[in-house]
Amino acid sequence: MHGPLGYVGKRLLWTLPTLLLVGFTVFVMVRLIPGDPALVILGDAATPDQIAGLKAQYGLDRPILVQFGLWLGRLAQGDLGVAITDGQPVLPLLWERFQVTAAIVFLAVGLAVLIAVPAGLLAAWKQNSGLDIAVVTTATLLLSIPSFWLGLILLLVFGLKLGWVPVIGYVPFGQSPTQALLYILLPVVTLTLIEAGVLTRMARASAIEVLRLEYVMHARAKGLRERRVLLRHVLPNAFAPTWTVIGLVLGNLLGGIAVLETVFTLPGLGRLLVDAIFARDYPVVQGCLLFTALIYVLVNLIVDLCYPLFDPRVAAS
Amino acid sequence: MNRLGRLAALRANALIGGLLVGLVLAMAVVSVAWTPYGPLAINLRQRLKPPSAAYWLGTDEFGRDVLSRVMAGAATSLTVAVLTVVVAVAIGALLGLLAGYLRGLVDRLLMVVSDALLAFPGILLALGLMVIIGANKYGIIVALGLAYAPSVLRVVRATVLSVRERDYVEASRVIGNSEWTTMRRHVLPNCVAPIVVLATSMVGWVILAESALSFLGLGVPPPAATWGNMLSSGRPFIESAPWLGIAPGLCIALSMLGINLLGDALRDWLDPRMERG
Repeated sequence: MHGPLGYVGKRLLWTLPTLLLVGFTVFVMVRLIPGDPALVILGDAATPDQIAGLKAQYGLDRPILVQFGLWLGRLAQGDLGVAITDGQPVLPLLWERFQVTAAIVFLAVGLAVLIAVPAGLLAAWKQNSGLDIAVVTTATLLLSIPSFWLGLILLLVFGLKLGWVPVIGYVPFGQSPTQALLYILLPVVTLTLIEAGVLTRMARASAIEVLRLEYVMHARAKGLRERRVLLRHVLPNAFAPTWTVIGLVLGNLLGGIAVLETVFTLPGLGRLLVDAIFARDYPVVQGCLLFTALIYVLVNLIVDLCYPLFDPRVAAS
Repeated sequence: MNRLGRLAALRANALIGGLLVGLVLAMAVVSVAWTPYGPLAINLRQRLKPPSAAYWLGTDEFGRDVLSRVMAGAATSLTVAVLTVVVAVAIGALLGLLAGYLRGLVDRLLMVVSDALLAFPGILLALGLMVIIGANKYGIIVALGLAYAPSVLRVVRATVLSVRERDYVEASRVIGNSEWTTMRRHVLPNCVAPIVVLATSMVGWVILAESALSFLGLGVPPPAATWGNMLSSGRPFIESAPWLGIAPGLCIALSMLGINLLGDALRDWLDPRMERG
């Protein structure tokens, strides 16, 4: 396999075993929960008839690997079971909650990149200057603040004291985009500030490495304007490692902003998982774990697939 | 000039980071022997009092002294963080050494398992494990320890793979040292620096993860004081009694800042390649 298509094919092929492993891990985790798996799935109020029925239906009396196969088969058809608490199918529920989380995360990470990449590049260019020290200090401060605390403080100041934004609740985008933006404004700002801290440091570190390379000196020696050296020669190369981190951050946040969703009482994916853990609603717990891990794997896949776009060497090697 | 500036920055990082970490550590140690009031002592007559001469950081909804609880919280957070990192490093380093040194089937199996665990973002794996183990102090240590072990495994394995082919390792084998002695004397010492750098940042991650779990109600259960569950129980009073939320949050932020600064200084010091341009 050669060329970009070979790279894409290889990367896609590598995703399959990871997905299988993720599935197996979740399968094992749910079975490690103390108690009868049938009771775990049906809830404590199940009758003996229901339990026997479920065991036959899901093949719970068969060997563990057969069970895993059956479970995978149902998964492949999008059957994640129904929630114990309200009997709703799990998959649509996950999708609905995911949209809330995704809106916040994509907006915040997008904004953070727009702030972080120029700031990091500028700081690296003026390394060890007052500007650089100011940028690094701000970034380190920002990434040290726990998101739920920053969120709480912003909520106190802008929501409660100044009354600029609504404090509690959520409006779906489909219903009223402007209203929806107002409700997710504070969580987006919170997340943007913190992730900008993480990404600025990353962008600065990679830009410093690139600035030291010979071809940058060469470009300067050729008499290119500094602006052109930075934008044409430094930025694309320095952006590659940052791009990987953006992928990790996106993947992490899409499943992991339960704390922020708690602070701002938003019906996101993270909050769904936490509520399901409290309610011992294992089909939902299992669904959340699978869904989040799947998104994480997919986001990283997409990030890797985009890599050759700005670094052709990746596809070639 | 640049180099001097860099050295000054390194010193400043180490100094401020050390001071902040020292402060938190001092708070934790002192709290074991003494706190202004009992961290669990309820005094309903003194509910939700703002900071004053008697209560420096005010009191909470049960009239408990916030300063005493913040101090006790430091002890809890640091204990959990250090024990978690010990668990993660012990498991990760041992398996990483095995994988990197034995290679072959053992290596492949361990990498497959660690890949699967690393495919879960952030504290999600810990959340899942908490369901199995149960929400308490030891549950957190095991869950977070298992969740962070794969990162250690990868770092140690990579180091071992690069070190094991060096001449002096080969020489140790040639002069008849056993594999075990060679590992212990010549391979393991090379892994110490990367482990120290990783473990330092990890203490920060664990403090953050533990406070996040406790904030969600899935960590150290009340009435025991942790910064996370203090923030969580202070949330409903954020408008009427903001000091309840501000003190523990500030503690988390300052410890994180201290650890991040120390980590930066440590990385620069142990990895001089970074900035010798």
